[in-house]
Amino acid sequence: MSHQEKAAHAVTSAHQEQHTVAADHHDLGFVRKYIFSQDHKVIGLQYGITSLLFLFFGFSLMMIMRWQLAYPGEQFPWKWLADFMGQANMPDGIMLPEFYNQLGAMHGTIMVFLGVVPLAVGAFGNYVVPLQIGTIDMAFPKLNMTSYWVYFVGGVTMLVSFAMPGGAANSGWTSYAPLSVIATTGQTLWLIGMVFLITSSLLGSINFIVTIIQLRTKGLTFMRLPFFVWAQFVTSFLLLLAFPPLEAAGVLQLMDRLAGTSFFLPSGLVVSGQPLAVSGGGSPLLWQHLFWFLAHPEVYVLILPAMGIVAEVIANNTRKPLWGYKSLVYSVIFLGFMSFIVWAHHMFMTGMGTVISTFFQTTTMIISIPSVIILTALLLSLWGGSIRYTTPMLFALAFLPMFAIGGLTGLPLGLAPPDIHLHDTYYVIGHFHYVVAPGTILALFAGIYYWFPKVTGRKMNDLLGKVHFWGSLVFMNGVFMPMFIQGLAGVSRRLYDGGAQFAHAQGVLQWNEFMSTSAWLLGLAQIPFIINFFWSIKKGKKVEANHWEATTLDWACTTSPPLAHGNFKVVPEVHRGPYDYSHRGSKADFLPQNQPGEA
Amino acid sequence: MEIPYTIHPRPDTGVYNAKLGVWLFLASEVMLFGALFSSYVLLRVGADSWPHGYDILDWKIATFNTVVLISSSVTMVMSWASLMLKDFKKYKRYMGLTILCAFIFLAVKAFEYDTKFGHHLYPSTNTFLAIYFTITGLHGLHVIGGIIVNSYLWGPGSKMWKTQPERFANRVEVAGLYWHFVDLVWIFLFPVLYLL
Amino acid sequence: MDASSPEAIKKQVRSYVMVFVALMGLTIVTVAVSTFHLSVVAAVTVALIVATIKASLVAGVFMHLISEKKLIYATLALTAIFFIMLMILPTSHQLDPIVQ
Repeated sequence: MSHQEKAAHAVTSAHQEQHTVAADHHDLGFVRKYIFSQDHKVIGLQYGITSLLFLFFGFSLMMIMRWQLAYPGEQFPWKWLADFMGQANMPDGIMLPEFYNQLGAMHGTIMVFLGVVPLAVGAFGNYVVPLQIGTIDMAFPKLNMTSYWVYFVGGVTMLVSFAMPGGAANSGWTSYAPLSVIATTGQTLWLIGMVFLITSSLLGSINFIVTIIQLRTKGLTFMRLPFFVWAQFVTSFLLLLAFPPLEAAGVLQLMDRLAGTSFFLPSGLVVSGQPLAVSGGGSPLLWQHLFWFLAHPEVYVLILPAMGIVAEVIANNTRKPLWGYKSLVYSVIFLGFMSFIVWAHHMFMTGMGTVISTFFQTTTMIISIPSVIILTALLLSLWGGSIRYTTPMLFALAFLPMFAIGGLTGLPLGLAPPDIHLHDTYYVIGHFHYVVAPGTILALFAGIYYWFPKVTGRKMNDLLGKVHFWGSLVFMNGVFMPMFIQGLAGVSRRLYDGGAQFAHAQGVLQWNEFMSTSAWLLGLAQIPFIINFFWSIKKGKKVEANHWEATTLDWACTTSPPLAHGNFKVVPEVHRGPYDYSHRGSKADFLPQNQPGEA
Repeated sequence: MEIPYTIHPRPDTGVYNAKLGVWLFLASEVMLFGALFSSYVLLRVGADSWPHGYDILDWKIATFNTVVLISSSVTMVMSWASLMLKDFKKYKRYMGLTILCAFIFLAVKAFEYDTKFGHHLYPSTNTFLAIYFTITGLHGLHVIGGIIVNSYLWGPGSKMWKTQPERFANRVEVAGLYWHFVDLVWIFLFPVLYLL
Repeated sequence: MDASSPEAIKKQVRSYVMVFVALMGLTIVTVAVSTFHLSVVAAVTVALIVATIKASLVAGVFMHLISEKKLIYATLALTAIFFIMLMILPTSHQLDPIVQ
């Protein structure tokens, strides 16, 4: 056979193989089925459960921090909890600044690296992407399993760091040198934990990219992909190429801490009155460059999957195609590319000269354009739609103005002159929390309510969902809106007393108690969600396989759960775009992607 | 049901899954070593004084190591070519040589490190030595990784030749791409650290 | 000729041997030039040029990049852009402080 014939034969037989039922999957034991599983759905759920637990833990750290901020220096009211923290951290129930710093550093680290990204990419990505592209699993199932367990080990390492002498890492989630180099043992575990997490991420991103490129089913061209898949595709490139410099930086910082090198330690450093006995000659700015080279694309990793989820939910609940699908796709690709060349806008205040500053201000302003295009396209998608106010839709709709606030408040930060005033203040904390909390996290909730029926075959309760929604939306704004006020007044971030000892903060200190109360009420507002989630698994209303009447393959072609290994009874073939709702001239309300004819 | 395109390429992309996967992995490795090279540049440009590599390090022994590693790259690609020519015995010979060269490289490296330590030259001594030990150390870890993979493919893994020859040849090709990359990094490391 | 036929492979083997010889030669060149102890700028330039040629031979011939698919080229081109940014920008920042 010629090479071409061989290839064609291989494709045909591969398709023939695909068309048979997944009957060859012999019965695996409990461990191979649920613990060391290679099935993308099980792994997705593992990521989901683990990340939700970490989100809960990171949130709890914040609730404790907010006590200190509301009532600085006062005795903690719950003795049992103060005792649990230990005398080293809260002697007589009064929080030490060192402990506050641990809470701050670990809250950020856990929420970003152990919570949001594993949920958005590891859970949603793993579960949904193979279904939406019509294939039976990810390209490398063993690698997928390894990714999860390496993440798990990284997460455990981070948690264990609290038990170290001196406690957990306490130099911010940004771990700036030289402070982080001379910090207590917990920082070493942070670095080791990051190496595991980065490795997990790299293995996962390779899997996603190969899966999306190679395993799309017949007829599923790139421009017919659901926007959710595009978002995950670009996200994976960000993870693949941006994480390695942080891994390198982590190794360098470990060398500084353990081998006495001076990669990040300048000459002449004095600590507690004693000159540090190191060779010197290093650069603290080098750490910042390597860190932010990752951490800027990382924030797009935080938002892109969320945009993907919102796009799916909006298309489905307006019963019309997304407005500007092509603009969305080109924008997300451009956004991903630009995200690699804006990082030093986090470093405007490091003594940067005007040439470099101009470069990064320019790229930062440019990157706002695709974000606005995406937001506008999602907004315009509502125009003329038959809007169904389902629970997922409520969250998806709220995402739009919340992300707008987050994005707009980023603009003065991206320009150096206003950044002089706003850098390292609560304004920054308000900005990025708006994007991640009422932004991404609301979108992730939308995703949970949306895909819950596909995973369990049951719907989550709508009344509890509405309570959860309104509580979360209102109290998230209660926590984060006043931060802009405090930031504009000049209140610095990472102050263990919330600014109480500074004259310029006195006029805005009263917001601390307001924000803390909002935070605790926000915690209470999650209770209906937690109850709803567990109750609905067993007692939720049973629904049919395509409950939301969606067009994408994950809904239109899969059976009722639990989804068998192999996902599809008959592997779908795609004949149309992803959102063929209200097709002109068609009697049907929606045409699934695998529906032939009426193209 | 099998995952498609594990052995034969997908027609429109022209690659099989693992080949795309390994190139993506190598892209991430470019960024990893790139960050270390970037650090080297930043630290050197910002330093008051920076030693010449040839004054501190043994460039002669490193030249020998360069020859060893380049040779191992040739034997690696020859081992794959032997499989494509259906010559399993030759494959084993070339793969064995590749692993042997890798061990020689490591042994020389270990000797180098030991000599440095013997002269009280440690990573903590100055930033030049810090970056030298770190970047060659990380490279050395990658060599060890390659030895493990190649040894598996030479030993227990080679049983697959009898049952799925094409899949096995793909594995050797993919391992080869990784191994050539390890050689590539050294091709830049050697002049930058030892000769400048 | 089919890319994986015995004749094609034998042709490739010839090119592997030629590249091996070239790499040895270039190694000698780069070591020899370093003994001249040129100025830093000149030394760096020559060293990087030679290294790039060697790397291109390994990548092009041993790694078959010279006949690879567009998809692989695209991935590597993207990586190259970010690699260059990573190499240039941090040091440029160091060279352009706000206070001279």
